[in-house]
Amino acid sequence: MSRAATTVGESRSLHRFANPARFVRIADAVYPWALAGMAVSFLIGLYLALFASPADYQQGDTVRIMYVHVPAAWMALFVYATMAAGSASYLIWRHPLGVVAAKAAAPVGAVFTFLALATGSLWGKPMWGTWWVWDARLTSVLILFFLYLGYIALMNAFENAERGQKAASLLCLVGVVNLPIIKFSVDWWNTLHQPASVSRIGTPAIHESMLWPLGLMALAFTLYFLVVLITRMKSELLGARLRALGAAAAEGR
Amino acid sequence: MDGLLSFLDMGGYAAFVWPCFALAAVLMTWVFVGSHRELKQRERRMAQLRALSPRRRRGDAGEETAS
Amino acid sequence: MSRAATRKKKRLYIALLGLISLGTATALVLTAFEDNLVFFYSPTDIAEKGLTPEQYVRIGGLVEEGSVRQLGDSRIAFRVTDMAHSIPVTYTGILPDLFREGQGVVAQGSIGDDGATFVAREVLARHDENYMPAEVAEALKASGEWRPESGQPPPR
Repeated sequence: MSRAATTVGESRSLHRFANPARFVRIADAVYPWALAGMAVSFLIGLYLALFASPADYQQGDTVRIMYVHVPAAWMALFVYATMAAGSASYLIWRHPLGVVAAKAAAPVGAVFTFLALATGSLWGKPMWGTWWVWDARLTSVLILFFLYLGYIALMNAFENAERGQKAASLLCLVGVVNLPIIKFSVDWWNTLHQPASVSRIGTPAIHESMLWPLGLMALAFTLYFLVVLITRMKSELLGARLRALGAAAAEGR
Repeated sequence: MDGLLSFLDMGGYAAFVWPCFALAAVLMTWVFVGSHRELKQRERRMAQLRALSPRRRRGDAGEETAS
Repeated sequence: MSRAATRKKKRLYIALLGLISLGTATALVLTAFEDNLVFFYSPTDIAEKGLTPEQYVRIGGLVEEGSVRQLGDSRIAFRVTDMAHSIPVTYTGILPDLFREGQGVVAQGSIGDDGATFVAREVLARHDENYMPAEVAEALKASGEWRPESGQPPPR
């Protein structure tokens, strides 16, 4: 907290602040396009997902759950990978934006993971006959959810902000081992969850008429993440400066 | 009307399909609105602080033009 | 300046080393607990291992074509097969919507007193990774192009 205030005068800190300023410039340029793209792909994606795509030959209309469940699950993994990259750049190269990005992304990733779990449960009940089983896929995704919660908790657990950032970033990096486990759990072990459809070697196992809404919804979710990430990162940077200004004002009096 | 009812029925799986879409809409809207509201709040506070202190540091001014 | 660069390099190596050892440790642990991570046993696993009536396990495979028989009072009998071995199963209760011949199934229970029939207390359906509209499935069946690589018979 006070670190930013005390280093403001140093020349190195100017260099540090140069990067966030450039980030804000680029982010502001990207934002309107991402927002527009998100709106368009949500509109078309939802139209295809709910109206203009066929029911599945086995699963009937429950297949429409896929258009929320699968993008949410992909994003749960993607957001975590993003956070891990940010955490690594912060821990190794002390890049301040890395931890800002990871901190801003964490709640979004937690929501995506929760959505994947909840919609999976709502899909599992009518098709599999159960809300939940402790198979390798479902359990490893639940662990991912707890990793997100643990990251958020650790980040806020310390009086000293920098200590929290370091501890949370370290947890984030350790949790990376869970990502390949989630991805390959359906291949390595017997699970109730079926193997991957889209990334299957060769042609995807999903008919074109269902692949389109899935792809568009995945694009919409990705752009949603970009829009929210930009907003939260800007907010995070402003929050840090507000705290620094507040601390400086308190010291000056 | 019939078409609408059968659409809402989702082949008998309405109780599972619609909650999925509703949950996604509610949670994602909540995060979206919450994030934007927080940013707006902080931007307003920053503007207030600027108005209060006529003397600005150069570093702050440089960043303000960027945001 | 160069000292800062060395420190960064050092941190990078520490991080890489940490990740590699963490990955190795995780792989070792997962291999050691392999038996606990398996959600169900195939009929072949059961044929090799054998089952005692005390063992409460899950078995999984496909519902054998033509093996489903209604025994009345929501009691049914069917066979679970992995194309190499098959096990007769009885079950009393509500079946999931996806339960049908030729589809994947996971049954939880134990072997009955006769030592051969698996008495299931819970039956879960398992679907494959294929998604398509009904017309496409019909057309594929009609043309005889029913995904030969998956080794799965056409539904119904």
